[in-house]
Amino acid sequence: MIGGIHGTAYTDPVAFETLADAVLRVDPSVDRTSLWLRAEASDFLRFNHAALRQATSVQQAHVTLAVERGQRRAESTLTLGGEPALDVQRLRSERELLLSQLDLISDDPWLSYPKTATHSHRDDRGALPEAGHVIALVHELAGVKLEQDLVGFYAGGPVAHAFADSLGSRHWHRVESFHFDWCLYHRADKAVKTSYAGTRWDDAAFAAKLEEAARRMPLLARDVRTLQAGAYRAAFCASAMVELLGTLGWSGFSLKARRTGVSSLMRLERGEATFDAGFNLDEAVALGTAPAFTAEGFVRPVRVALVEAGKLPASGGTLNSPRSAAEYGVAANGVGAQESPEALRLGPGSIAQADLLSALDTGLYVSNLWYLNYSDRQACRMTGMTRYACFWVEGGKLVAPVNVMRFDDDALRLFGSGLVGLTDTPEVTPNSDTYGARLLGSVTTPAAVVEGFRLTL
Amino acid sequence: MLKDRQNRQPAHEADSIHRTLIMLDTLEQHARRAAGRLPATARHWSVRGVREYSEQLSVRQDVAEAPQRAHENGAMVTVIDGGLGYAATSDLSEPGLAAAFERAHALARASAGRTVIDYERIAQPAASGRYASLVERPASSAALPEKLGWLRDVCAAAGGDARIVDRHATLWNVKTEQLQFTSDGARTEQRWEFMTPSVQVTAHADGVTQVRSSAGQYNGFCQQGGIEVLERARFRESEGPRVAREALQLVTAAACPSGTFDLILMPDQMMLQIHESIGHPLELDRILGDERNFAGTSFVTLDMFGHYQYGSELLNVSFDPGQEHEFAGFAFDDDGTPAERALLIERGLLKRPLGGSLSQARAQAQGFEVGGVATTRSSSWNRAPIDRMSNLNVEPGDSSLEQMISGTELGVVMQTNCSWSIDDSRNKFQFGCEYARMVRGGRLAEVVRNPNYRGISATFWRSLAMVGNSETVAVMGTPFCGKGEPSQVIRVGHASPACKFSNVDVFGGAQ
Repeated sequence: MIGGIHGTAYTDPVAFETLADAVLRVDPSVDRTSLWLRAEASDFLRFNHAALRQATSVQQAHVTLAVERGQRRAESTLTLGGEPALDVQRLRSERELLLSQLDLISDDPWLSYPKTATHSHRDDRGALPEAGHVIALVHELAGVKLEQDLVGFYAGGPVAHAFADSLGSRHWHRVESFHFDWCLYHRADKAVKTSYAGTRWDDAAFAAKLEEAARRMPLLARDVRTLQAGAYRAAFCASAMVELLGTLGWSGFSLKARRTGVSSLMRLERGEATFDAGFNLDEAVALGTAPAFTAEGFVRPVRVALVEAGKLPASGGTLNSPRSAAEYGVAANGVGAQESPEALRLGPGSIAQADLLSALDTGLYVSNLWYLNYSDRQACRMTGMTRYACFWVEGGKLVAPVNVMRFDDDALRLFGSGLVGLTDTPEVTPNSDTYGARLLGSVTTPAAVVEGFRLTL
Repeated sequence: MLKDRQNRQPAHEADSIHRTLIMLDTLEQHARRAAGRLPATARHWSVRGVREYSEQLSVRQDVAEAPQRAHENGAMVTVIDGGLGYAATSDLSEPGLAAAFERAHALARASAGRTVIDYERIAQPAASGRYASLVERPASSAALPEKLGWLRDVCAAAGGDARIVDRHATLWNVKTEQLQFTSDGARTEQRWEFMTPSVQVTAHADGVTQVRSSAGQYNGFCQQGGIEVLERARFRESEGPRVAREALQLVTAAACPSGTFDLILMPDQMMLQIHESIGHPLELDRILGDERNFAGTSFVTLDMFGHYQYGSELLNVSFDPGQEHEFAGFAFDDDGTPAERALLIERGLLKRPLGGSLSQARAQAQGFEVGGVATTRSSSWNRAPIDRMSNLNVEPGDSSLEQMISGTELGVVMQTNCSWSIDDSRNKFQFGCEYARMVRGGRLAEVVRNPNYRGISATFWRSLAMVGNSETVAVMGTPFCGKGEPSQVIRVGHASPACKFSNVDVFGGAQ
């Protein structure tokens, strides 16, 4: 990290504890007051043509203050400045305003919040590089030594989430990590994409990944093949699977979406379709980097089964927010209001990872997919594009890069009757999204071989 | 240069601007003192402070959910010294800003000689002036119970039929103030108010579920302004019953047929078509390769400007930051460059990209004088500016909607985007809509559900056959345009008439 931090850094647990103690005083006029913190001190470096395009240091802290009385809740999110006295003053003032709002709103019959105190603490410290060191490494390795057209993005630094309430709950979750993903471009839209993520930076490991990517570049120089629309046997790398599973997570497992009929897995819910018997999916928070508590202070279960042996488990296979759970009369299971997974895990199959190409034999090797969406959500029909280094494969050998193709296919069929097999070594892919803040989460998935992948344009 | 658009707002709004920007003046005092600690080698610095307040209200199934307020307050410091560094902080005290200057300076030094262009040689904008949204009745002039009452009424008006299984009415109001000043003496003050109303209905019958919304499930009707925006949206007047009625039409409708048809797109789908297959491909930073690791590249190359036929001669596309009420209007971009209306595509010919002063200089360094427009923007104080769409509009033509329909033997009229996907180069696209009606023999015919169409940007716009007149224009937009590393979600505006395209590949859903 570059430079110092003035005042209070809310990536420090003591700072948050001090703030919570000052703001969360017992007040008999409400049932609960709570604070939910998201703080980070991040270096963001973006590169183009192996040169630096932008270098940004971001130090920010946001806290959501909520008051609850009976079936009423009001909340406000504020940026924290770092001067403790001023932050406490602003939060106390905002709390007074929220209290006055409680008199202006009506009861919400589906409001639900914890009634007892809970605690958790996770603090993973790492060893992260200085921003200047990464800038120099990229310049020297990718630009000078390998002479590659590298375009990529490094994000690193501590991210802290915390929760405290007036009932005495205290939760702390801090991860120090980095994520660097980049493309080495051959030309136009043909590139090898690689990522290096972790908690302890290693120059040699970074260089090895960069050099391995560079060794794959000659494959992209081969004559490009354009496929015709039609159905193809295909192998999806883990990075492509992350896109497919992530799209399934967009309404697929939401309790509210299931009950209102807009989930992409309605046919699974109604028993009209099943995944393959080897398809097992769960939300496994304990294995990922996502916090073990929610914005409302609920403790998240270690595991929520979503699909077992291709079918919905007896529990329903839904992610139930507290509000939906109250509305539909089921138990909440530790997800936020969006009811989206944050630590999705697809279980392994039996294809040895090293045998992925031979299991494909002849067909389309999909390194990456892009811009997925539903073309018919209730039918679980998805569309999207192939991207970067996708290859035509014959006899288990990469033959030629292929031009990007649009697909439009039924994901229930693809991983149901269309599933040939999954590899035996799931990969963990951290969530690298940085919309507003660095997100914590991951998808764990093996690669897959499928039959009849439908290309349309 | 002094650029002042203060004459565009009523007097009481001008007073309000003055009051709120005084609060940001403490930022300026602190920052100027903090900047004094930079070494003499620092060639340039700027500070952009942002203060934002938002309120989100929601009534679902006649139950008001917890009101959500948010206050954003922070600043981005930029320093050029050899290289360029940015540092964002929410600590706006003098020591906090001094620490940000120190971090930005350290990044500038660490990147010296290793940047995509020599930032020290880029001329920095030196304009000063003000901008404010035209607001007739600020959202703050209505009390919370009054606004929740409006939402209850709209939500209730969308019910009344057992086949309607979910109803949801929302109101999202944002007020943003931005103060930017530089070591060169440039100083801009801008203030916006944004209003986004929405109603959404889910209907179910005989195994079919359909979602219909007032202007898109991702808020297509969003404009600058206050409570008067709700009237322009007819939000309280008729949107609840209209959305419910159309949802019920959809659950009993047949699936959209597949085939090659003439396609009439209404403005709430045109906005998506413009956004994905004109806006993003014309972003100059994409063309220069910055986004290849994330948002993608572009089929448009630097050598195309000035002679590439992007669409038919009916296609005129403008960058219009001064369009009244439109969501992404401003007077200065976040580099501080004054923004002026310009045609990007004229009579189908590609003329200039969506690129700010830095990207224009980078293109020039590669030997291309492509021009550009002032549209380098950031989503908030914690992100550095990049080339974005702002108000990107298709200019009206001279056809009435009736003429477009009567001139269509077999076609589809599609409304309101619900699905969007396009390739890395912004070429092969597939879009889906909530609602469609067939056109048969020059007349509007049956409603069809799950309408989709696909095409290729490079050829699609050349099939533009008719452009609606000003009576068909709607001023739309979205709060959710994503791009950049680190990622940024930004507001964009798209005003468009209805347009007719010939021989488009149309298809329905699986049900």
